Amino acid sequence: MSEKIKFTIDGKECFAEKGANLIEAAKENGVYIPTLCHLEGVKPAGSCRICNVKINGRPMTACTTTLIEGMNIENNVEDIQELRKIIIETLFVSGNHYCPACEKSGNCELQALGYRFKMLVPRFPFEFEEKEVDAEAPKIYIDRNRCILCKRCVRSLKTEDGKSIFAVQGRGYKAMINIDHELAMNMTDEEATHAMDTCPVGSILKKERGYYDPIGSRKYDKKPIGSEIEQIVTN
Amino acid sequence: MSKPIVATTSLAGCFGCHMSLLDIDERILDLIDLVDFNKSPIDDIKEFTQMCDIGIIEGGCCNSENIHVLKDFRKNCKILVSTGECAIMGGLPAMRNNIPIKECLEEAYLDGPSTKGHNPEGILPNDEELPIILDKVYPCHEIVKIDYYLPGCPPRADLIWNALVALVTGDEMKLPYEVIKFD
Amino acid sequence: MSSHIQNIIEKYGKDATRLMDILHEAQAKEGFISDEVVKEIASQLNISKVDVEQTLTFYHFFSKKPLGKYTIYLNNSLVSHMMGREEVAHAFEKVTGTKFGSVSEDGQFGLYNTSCIGMNDQEPAAIINGIVFPKMTTYRVKEIIKAFRAGESVTDMINSLGGGHNQSDLVHSMVTNNLNRRGAVIFSEFTPGDTLKKINSISPKELIDEVKKSNLRGRGGAGFPTGLKWDFCTKTPGERYVLCNADEGEPGTFKDRVILTERPEMVFEGMTLAGYAIGAKLGILYLREEYRYLEKQLETVLLGMRGKGLLGRNIAGKEGFDYDIRIQFGAGAYVCGEESALIESCEGKRGEPRNRPPFPVQVGYLDKPTVINNVESLCSVVKILEKGAEWYKSMGTKETSGTKLLSISGDVRYPGVFEVEWGITVQEALEMSGAMNVKAVQVGGPSGRLIGPNEFHRTICYEDLPTGGAFIVIGEGRKILDVVKNFMDFFIDESCGSCAPCRYLTVILRNKLNKIMEGKGVASDLDDLVNWGKQMKVANRCGLGQSAANPILSSIENFRYEYEAKIEKGKDFDTRFDLNKAIQESSRAVGRFPEA
Repeated sequence: MSEKIKFTIDGKECFAEKGANLIEAAKENGVYIPTLCHLEGVKPAGSCRICNVKINGRPMTACTTTLIEGMNIENNVEDIQELRKIIIETLFVSGNHYCPACEKSGNCELQALGYRFKMLVPRFPFEFEEKEVDAEAPKIYIDRNRCILCKRCVRSLKTEDGKSIFAVQGRGYKAMINIDHELAMNMTDEEATHAMDTCPVGSILKKERGYYDPIGSRKYDKKPIGSEIEQIVTN
Repeated sequence: MSKPIVATTSLAGCFGCHMSLLDIDERILDLIDLVDFNKSPIDDIKEFTQMCDIGIIEGGCCNSENIHVLKDFRKNCKILVSTGECAIMGGLPAMRNNIPIKECLEEAYLDGPSTKGHNPEGILPNDEELPIILDKVYPCHEIVKIDYYLPGCPPRADLIWNALVALVTGDEMKLPYEVIKFD
Repeated sequence: MSSHIQNIIEKYGKDATRLMDILHEAQAKEGFISDEVVKEIASQLNISKVDVEQTLTFYHFFSKKPLGKYTIYLNNSLVSHMMGREEVAHAFEKVTGTKFGSVSEDGQFGLYNTSCIGMNDQEPAAIINGIVFPKMTTYRVKEIIKAFRAGESVTDMINSLGGGHNQSDLVHSMVTNNLNRRGAVIFSEFTPGDTLKKINSISPKELIDEVKKSNLRGRGGAGFPTGLKWDFCTKTPGERYVLCNADEGEPGTFKDRVILTERPEMVFEGMTLAGYAIGAKLGILYLREEYRYLEKQLETVLLGMRGKGLLGRNIAGKEGFDYDIRIQFGAGAYVCGEESALIESCEGKRGEPRNRPPFPVQVGYLDKPTVINNVESLCSVVKILEKGAEWYKSMGTKETSGTKLLSISGDVRYPGVFEVEWGITVQEALEMSGAMNVKAVQVGGPSGRLIGPNEFHRTICYEDLPTGGAFIVIGEGRKILDVVKNFMDFFIDESCGSCAPCRYLTVILRNKLNKIMEGKGVASDLDDLVNWGKQMKVANRCGLGQSAANPILSSIENFRYEYEAKIEKGKDFDTRFDLNKAIQESSRAVGRFPEA
């Protein structure tokens, strides 16, 4: 049996297996640490920065943190929550997020965080920067207006022989996700659905699918993102 | 004591937010007890006749008339509430923000499915009486100072109701999870 | 074409981690990397096309489009602007008939802006087809473009040679050293090869202990103790690597340029000593592409060292110590000066900083334990071994021993490199370089601090005012907001884009700054700049992102009055919306000309 370690989140005593990932261990202990780029089983990117917590007083991203015994973690504290809200609002103005016209609305993790953090309006001005849509692949298209560059697709969606289907192009605020047209030609329906589900927002979409779940029965219509984690009762 | 006065308008919107306001069902009777309306499509008062307490703005600003109306509201209302996605971030009309205006106008008046072949002279509306289209659709808070924001497309009736009651009574606004939505 | 690319790829053993070199060589052939070539590289390396493109498009100097027969990169740094860049840029546009960011219609001239090229002591400077043209004037622009049109080559236009090794056939450059002050460590007497022989009488552990004892701290700016770093590296088993960070991209620093010009042997010997200390077999000098003009000299020195047995097998006669050095060129990315981004770049990837832990001493180049040291740090090691830790510690302050190279530029009579003992005050540095009517000093470049006269008494050392060496003097006539804007544009251009706040909050901050500069600011804009800016420190992964708001934060702290002067008193709302401007496009489209 592997070794158990003890740590605390906002004073709550938590337990995990040694070497566990902080976001995932927190979840096991009924604590939600918000994130947009983390994907279980995929190498953490630490790129959205929303999972920032304080570890023994120092700000760190939870997704890139491997737990060690006695870590003292601050999660639901004012300055961290404010930082997260600022990042969420930044993402809303850095793209063109027309929620009412988005197929992912109601199931979108960025939108869900907007709800959870009670964002009524981003504090930053909208820039309405032009972004390209790439619809060349037969099964999916990529709408960069909605992309938040979490790189989930880049990190996790590979061909059978391990080649990247998605990659980042350019750098800084001009960075965008590119799709390998040749490799995307061979994507199956199943892979296309998986790609869409991997994307936390409505940037990668399966063609010929459109709106699916009726309003009211979508993932985040009634319950905040993370509430399913917070309901887990730990002993 | 006189009742607080509310004015409303729809700028570059679809009147959906006004519909949602009417969607408060029987509470509309309470609303009439609670407030009076001034300039608003609800009572068809076209111009402000007195200083108002609350102005409810639906829609963003897509043309010069929207700008004039919005500024008029700012001048005549103590509190302005940006209501709905279009007022808050431009909404669907703002999806034209990255398309050159000439292209938009040509699509609407020359090349669109309902106009193609019906405008042989290629006239784009240019009467001096018409409002002039802006370079892009602006959120209301880019034009005037806005005091409160009610997101949604449309904002849920409960959200509008909660907000109005809170503003009139001075109580804290209730924001339960279910009422804050961006669609 | 196909066989040409194949040759390049085979030269690098079909190794995708050498993609930087492959792209450099592919671009050298045609001046750009076409879509066909990208496909070819991808198929030869058996990776996807987007993987090749993600590296290619990350770097400023790689291009998928032709850049002109004469590719002109004009430095866009603050000091370049201070020294008359605008005039020069205008002259370039006028005589070539093209705008910055594009190639002239005849395909002859490509004009591009570029971040600081390490020539702040001789601005405005440009790089044309790899050759540095310092001290540009409008006269010179007309002269060289006329000559190019007449068919002369870029090397034909070298009309003077800088001092020292710049005059040698191997460098043959117009760049001047401006080595204004030699100190006891880097620019003292040095006989190549002598110190290296000492490894026969000292064990790796003793060498590490000696460096530890000297208190040498990293000279790149962060100041991590060098000996401790080496010690940590030896704790992780496996093959180990030494990387020398010669990517000095912090605007305002150019000291490594002078070291690499005048003391290349010392750099390589320092790298070799580091290799000996940690038990490495390979060292890599990561050199910024802007210093390509030093390549021939550096490769010749390496060849010479191999010939003398100072590199290769059994170095300096030490049985079993095998070590060699290769040069890895960057391709225009400031962030690659961050150590983990530098590693990624050496591996042929985008220069995105890694998440830490693990640190490079544990998981570094090719995931092996790696030591990364600054050029100046490694040179200091050579002298520490030669003269001893005690001697080294006798210089400097209590906590910061030895000397430091300051790169002083801006409004001074004698811009250049000054080797000083740590502990010199800002005021002394100003007097030393002949500064006049100083309003502010940017200590440590854009990522450092902008200080005013009330801090000129402070001493330059880790316990007071630390610096990687950039020291930009800003005279009375300058506007602080212009300085800040230049630095913010720099951070925006150079952000890798990985962390959301660095990618976009920087743009939001710069736009807000523009608003104030246009006279449209309100009092709350200043609070916003501070409140949003301070989030950058905690929100981002690497030093670039963490310090990207420093220009705004430190200038508001020390020069708030310059911001306030731009803000109309009592105005509490202004979003820059201008109705007249907003209706222009549609008025033109429908042929209406309303009165404003």
